[in-house]
This record gives sequence, structure tokens and C-alpha cells, in this order.
Amino acid sequence: MKKEITKKILEDHNINSEEYNMILAIMGREPNLLELGIFSVMWSEHCSYKSTKKWLKTLPTTGKKVVCGPGENAGIIDIDDNDAIVFKMESHNHPSFIEPYQGAATGVGGIMRDVFTMGARPIANLNSLRFGDPKNEKTKNLLRGVVKGIGDYGNCVGIPTVGGECFFHENYNNNILVNAMSVGLVKKNKIFYSTAKGIGNPIIYVGSKTGRDGIHGATMASAEFSDESENQRPQVQVGDPFIEKLLLESCLELMNEDAIVAIQDMGAAGLTSSSFEMASKGNCGVKLLLDKVPCRETEMTPYEMMLSETQERMLMIIKPEKKKITYNIFQKWGLDAVEIGKLTDSGKMELFYNNKLVGTLPIKPLADLSPEYDRPSIKPKKIKNYQKKKSTPKINLEKVLKKILSGPNHSSKSWIFNQYDSSVMGDTIFSSEMADAAVIRIHKTNKAISVTSDCNPIYCKSDPRLGAEIAVAESWRNLISTGAEPIAITDNLNFGNPEKKEIMYEIKEAISGIKKACIELDYPVVSGNVSLYNETNGKSIFPTPVIGGVGLIKKLKYATGFKMDDDSSIYLIGKTKGHLESSLFYEHLKIFGGSPPKVDFKEEKKNGNFVKFLAQKTELLIGCHDISEGGIALALAELCIANKKGIEITLKKKNPEKFLFGEDQSRYLLIINKKKEFETLAKKNNIENERIGFVTGAFLNFKNLFSISVDALLKLNSSWFKGYIE
Amino acid sequence: MKEKKISIVIFPGSNCDRDLFVALEKCLGTKPEFIWHNCSHVKSTDMILIPGGFSFGDYLRAGTIATKSPAIKEVIRFSKRGVPIIGICNGFQILTECGLLEGALIKNSNQLFKCEKVNLKVINNKTIFTKNYKSSEIISLPIAHSQGNYFIESDNLKKIEDNDQIIFKYSSDFGDVTEKYNPNGSVNNIAGISNKKKNVIGLMPHPERAIENFHNGIDGIKFFKNLKDLI
Repeated sequence: MKKEITKKILEDHNINSEEYNMILAIMGREPNLLELGIFSVMWSEHCSYKSTKKWLKTLPTTGKKVVCGPGENAGIIDIDDNDAIVFKMESHNHPSFIEPYQGAATGVGGIMRDVFTMGARPIANLNSLRFGDPKNEKTKNLLRGVVKGIGDYGNCVGIPTVGGECFFHENYNNNILVNAMSVGLVKKNKIFYSTAKGIGNPIIYVGSKTGRDGIHGATMASAEFSDESENQRPQVQVGDPFIEKLLLESCLELMNEDAIVAIQDMGAAGLTSSSFEMASKGNCGVKLLLDKVPCRETEMTPYEMMLSETQERMLMIIKPEKKKITYNIFQKWGLDAVEIGKLTDSGKMELFYNNKLVGTLPIKPLADLSPEYDRPSIKPKKIKNYQKKKSTPKINLEKVLKKILSGPNHSSKSWIFNQYDSSVMGDTIFSSEMADAAVIRIHKTNKAISVTSDCNPIYCKSDPRLGAEIAVAESWRNLISTGAEPIAITDNLNFGNPEKKEIMYEIKEAISGIKKACIELDYPVVSGNVSLYNETNGKSIFPTPVIGGVGLIKKLKYATGFKMDDDSSIYLIGKTKGHLESSLFYEHLKIFGGSPPKVDFKEEKKNGNFVKFLAQKTELLIGCHDISEGGIALALAELCIANKKGIEITLKKKNPEKFLFGEDQSRYLLIINKKKEFETLAKKNNIENERIGFVTGAFLNFKNLFSISVDALLKLNSSWFKGYIE
Repeated sequence: MKEKKISIVIFPGSNCDRDLFVALEKCLGTKPEFIWHNCSHVKSTDMILIPGGFSFGDYLRAGTIATKSPAIKEVIRFSKRGVPIIGICNGFQILTECGLLEGALIKNSNQLFKCEKVNLKVINNKTIFTKNYKSSEIISLPIAHSQGNYFIESDNLKKIEDNDQIIFKYSSDFGDVTEKYNPNGSVNNIAGISNKKKNVIGLMPHPERAIENFHNGIDGIKFFKNLKDLI
């Protein structure tokens, strides 16, 4: 027989010789092209986590409030009263760079399907974006396309986009990051999982017809970019938010009928990964009749059907007696629903086409024996040009603050944000411009959830472990600031090529940083995603482990935003040492490198618990803002901007730049009316605090130093995007 | 007395139907009934609302495909009987597309979706929907649309002006109706209009998203409470 699998074919499928030997051992024969294609997507980095699995296993994933940890479509936490929150963040970096509009749109669609597959109605979307230098010729179009893609998709489905981040740095010139997070609400006793059960049960295909789009998308996302990468545009999927909306409503309707045994969306690696994962979890076999797969184009091959990443499709195992109602519901919504196979007891995936067996693969070994690498790592050399300086030269602090406020990274993001429908569903209490985290009421209840996403890549580059710790701590702090009880996180780990030792070092360090912070803060990881090979022509992105946090606000009255009342006091909580290395302040002085600030978790918890106590047990807290990059100065300016009110601050005389711009962790600014009562409580709880100023007038006035009018702040803060994009 | 019936028409792709239901229930104390788009016979109704969203994906043009639904024929039938009809956002687009309201809603002048709070000036407070507003009262409601740019040819504009069919205009806090306060490029800042008989009204802003204390304003409550006398 002719040898079908050549070296070239293996290369095209991104399978190395070691992996091919494993395939031969599992199959006991040479695979055909269809079978090889299936192996290639199942074992792609994107689907198998082969470079990170070993380290991801070390993360804390359990806790009192965890209903479902990693391994399912999304993580689930308990928010009392039989309510649970389903959430996850996922990257769509590679496709978004190649085709920003569709790449970002399908990222949003995919993550929402992960959430509603489990029976939850999505109630909020967030996104965490990283773009290249604004001056880079590609950046503007990428920004436009990504934002429009996210907006058009989420807006059409009718899920509010309530928050996110957007950060520009030349390091992302050729590898942007588009991480989308979705949060859904489900009744705890109505959760749907993906474990296939019941030999003979029908396998039903639902949703869009399969086309040739996205074939090998998962493989593309598992390789570095070169200058030719834009030729991969055909591998980017095309989204249809209208079909997503129909799929959402029809699936939720069917979920009320006790018909579904198991359900999984067809995401990366489409029909292949959904059928394999469901069967593998349930220890069953699968027989698929590929001629039954609804196809958009004629003469599609089994290979194309199995590897297509056409969007808005679901695979479900249905109770046989419920077939009729299943078909009726999907017909009502105008969607294809077709039985394409049955569960068997063979333990094998048997693929038939025109009554011919065209492929047979053992399910368990393919899923369980996927490669797991312990790749070598080495600590990269430190950035050289950082020199410790005894004192910073005389600097015009006013100018630095103005520069920060009017620069791309800290300008008002309203140009982006106004393109997202943030008020649909009627439960948005704060979108993320009015508080440290977005706050969403649980429909028709007196409670809410708080959601945020965080990562400072500058910190992570100089110290990935500490940077990751800070990302987790900051997300925890953001939730605390809004009056929430932080519960759990999802992590989206974006890195370069893991086959490079320096990158592998960053990955391992960042994961151990997340681990430490999660354990310290009792803040487990319930879902996540890894995106590697974010490199172009050998140049990697900064390590960017994005943390999406979710917390519970037990009563609506605990919800706290940036609000300031006239004449109220501003208190600073936490120790201020004036850490400037790796800070925004130094970045503006072109001093790079140095260590990020350390996190003292004892202090973090003490301060956080105190703020939580104030929000929940007292009426003292009017507003709250945590202090992160840009230090006290930027936090105060943001409060002035959000409230259109002035603040007067009395400064200590020595080293005002350290006080104003230091980025020490575990700190908050609190807006308080009743000074005495507050100070008594702070003293009783042994909380370091200082009344640094009060709300007054129309200026942000640092007494004896400088003062900027609120009008000027608003103008500075709102001009960059207008000038750049309009 | 027989309880009056409020109906909400739902199309595949509608996404403000729940919000509208909640608002009507909260402000009027009655539960509306839903009419599915393919319903070709509505037995009786005393008021019909068409919610926001993206009916049929807003493919072709916002609201166009929805006009082919059987339920829209029913909406037209009831409108002729004088039953009050309200279209919000996509509902407004559908009402212009099916001819119950004049003009068209085209892409926002900057081509982008826009979600923000706007001020509206009540231009006509003599209609059944607006008679509890003061003349030139300013209300504040959120908008969220990409095709809310109201267009009408100048002859017809004059006609609807002369016939007092313009109900709401985008304005400043103090009622200045100028280009500066026009969020989408609408002709003369028009945000909402009625038909000639004044029993059909369409508006782009979302009153159903301004009914809770935590919302960005609660002026939607008054909008719905104004409907009390109609049912």
C-alpha cells in the first residue's frame, strides 16, 4: 500500500516525529489523513495544553464556593440561594491579528457558548485587550476592527459588555491580545455537563451549517507568526451573532425539558474535539455518520467536516424519547438539528461517510495519552539599562500626571466603551468606568456580582512571578473596593513560544505566582485558557497572565463605586513606602526595569477585610478606589474625573514623587463622611490610615505643589482617542 | 371591567423583550403577553409594544426582514383600529420599515454603535403617550444603537412638523436642540415621532433601561406610567 503520510504532511499538521511515533503506537498502524488531522487538532497546544498541563495542575482549584473547577466548558461558583455563576475567559489572539473584526467577534461568541452550554444565561461580558504602539501602522485598524467585532457580536446577542482593559505597547505590535470573558447565571440544580452517557443515545448536531472556515484554526493558534501569517486569513472563522442568539434561546428552552444528557459547544477543533471530549469523559464510543452533518458547501470531505471551526454549533446527547421535542424547539428557532450518530460501547470513534468506514480512532488513548511536556526553562537576563538612582532629578510632577492622564493607556476609554451596549438586560449597576470592577445585579434579587480583569504586563516582564501575584491581588482588591466578597478567578495565560527556555521560565514563574496569591487569598482558579506562541519572527510578547475575578455582593446596598460627596474626607489605607521601580512614573521618565512592588499578603488581607467590613457592616463608606499603577496621584485624578468634583490634598514635604506616584500594593482610597467613627474603627482594627485630603471645589489641588482644574483633567483625559482615531 | 391586555411582539433576535416586560410589570402592575413573530391572528389587545434588539439579525437593513412577519400584519391591523403602538429602538426601526411611521433610521453618522445617556426634549406633550409631560420637559434616557440616525426628506419633514408628529428631540440639559447634542446625526435631532393619527409612536432611546435607582436615571418610570390611562 502507498504510504499516505509523508514528512511534508506531518509538518503541515504541526506534528513532530516523537508525536508521530506515539500516534503509530496508539493506532497500531499508519493513520490515514483524516485520522492524522484529528490527532493534530486534538494534540495541538491549543486543545491539549501539552506545554502547560504539568504546571496548571499545581493551581488551587477547590474551595467552599466552587461548584465546578477547570475541565468543563467553564468554571462555576456558588452565590447562594441555589444561584451559581458560570464564567471563563478565553483568548482569540492569533485570529484577531489576522482578521481583527471576525477574530474578536468569534472570540466573544465562543466564550458565551462555553457559558450557555452549561445551562447559564450570560449576564455580562468583559474583554482584556493588548495592542501595539499606537504609532505602529497596523495598530489603528486592529483597534477599530477588534472593538467593532466585540461590540457587534455582544450587542446583537443582547448581553451587556460591562468592563475590560485596553493597553498599548510596542511589544504587542505583531501579536495583539484579545481575551474575552463571559459570565452567566444558572440555577445550581440545573447545570449541564459534557459527560456523554447512555449507549445508543442519539448524538444531535445543532446550529449553523458546517463550512470550510476555520479548518486548522487550533493548529494556527499553536504556532508562531511569520511575515506570511496574514495569508492564514481563511483559517479565521466567521461569526454570526444572530445565529448565536437563536442558539442561546433554543438551548435554554430545551434545557427546561429534561431532554439533554450532555452538551458541548463546537469550539476550537469543532466536531472533533466536542465529540472526543464528551465520549472520553463518559468512557463511551461514538459512531458518526458524516453524510448527515449539515453542510454549507457541497462536496465537503470528512476531513473538512471534522476539522472545520464553523461557529455557532452545538453537539448534544439527547434522551431518545425526547427527540421530538428537541426537534420542535430548534425548528421554532429556525435552526438545523440533526441526528448525526449514536453513542456506542466500542470505546472508539467510528466515522462513516457514504456507508463506508473512513476513520477509526481509539477515544481514551487519544485523549488521555496526549503529550505532556516538561519543557526546559532558564531565567532570562535582566533588562540592563535600569540603574538604581539615589534620588530622582527635579521633575515637574504636574507635567508627569498630565502626561499619564492624556496618554493612550490611561485616557478615558469611552471611545471603546460607548461602542458596547452596557445597559441591556437592565441589571448593570456600575460599568467599569464608575467603579474598580463592574457590578451586575442578579436579576430580580437584592444581590449582585462584581467582575474585573487585570494584568500589568510591565510588572510581569520584569518579574513574572511577582507580576502574576500582583495581577491576582489586584483583581481581589478591585472586587473588595466594590463591596464584594471575592470568590474565584479565571486565568488567561498569554505567552510566547514555550519551546524557548526563557519563555518557559516566564510561564512557570507566572503560574507559581498565581498559585501563591490564590492560596493566600483563598481565591481559587475555576477555569482558564492558555495562549502560547504569541511571537512573530522570534520576538515574543510580554508575559501577560490576565486574571478575571468574580465576587458576590450580598446586598445591593453594599455596592460601592467611585462616588464622592462634597466635603467628605479622603483616607489612604495601607503602607506607602514610595515604590517607583517598574512604575508608570518611571516609564514616563524613561527609566525601565527594576522590580515590581512586593505583595505582603498579610497586609493585603487585613486591609481588604477592613474595607469589606466598612462596606458591609457600616454606613461609613461613600466611595472607594484601589491604588494601582500611577499611584495615589492617578487614583485621585480618576476620582475627580468620575465625579466632576475637586479634591484638596495636603502633602508631606519630603519626596512628593514617591508619595504621589509610588505603586505600593494593598492600598485603597476611601471616601468617608464621619471622620471620628471611621478613625476609631481603623485604630481598633490596627489599620494604617491617613486623612490625606477632602472633596472640595473644582480643582485637584496638591497644596503647595500644583493644582489642575477638573475641567482640564476631563479634557486631558478625553482627548487622546479622539485625536488618534476620529 | 375586563382587564386590558398589553402585548409585546418578539422576533428572533429581539433582545429587549424581557427588559420591556419587567418595566411594564413594574410601572403598570400588569403582566404583558408575548406575541411570537409568526402569529398570524391576535385575538385582542389594547396596546402593542415592539422591543429593541436585532430582529432577524438586522440583516439587509435594521427592521426590514421583521416587516415580513405575520405578526406585523396584525400590528398594522390593530393600528388602524386606533390601538396604541409603541416601538422602541429596533421597534422604531421596524415601524418605519413597515410604513406605520414616516422616514427611515440609517447608520449613525460616525458609523459606530453608540451606548450612552442622552437628554430628550418633549416636543409634543399633547399625545396620548406624552400628555403627562410638561411642555418642553427634559427627560434623560439611555440610547444603544448603530442605526438610529433618523432621516426624512424635507417635504415630508415639513409635513410631520406641521402635524406635530415630532415627539422627542435630542437636547442639552437645558433644552438646547443643537448639533452638539445630536448623538447620531438625526435630522433636526429627532429622537421620536408619531404617525398622523398619533396612536403609533417610535423612539430610539430605551425607557425600559431607566427604571431602577441604580440605573443611570429613572425617567423611564414616568414614560411607562403615562401609559396607565390607555389600558
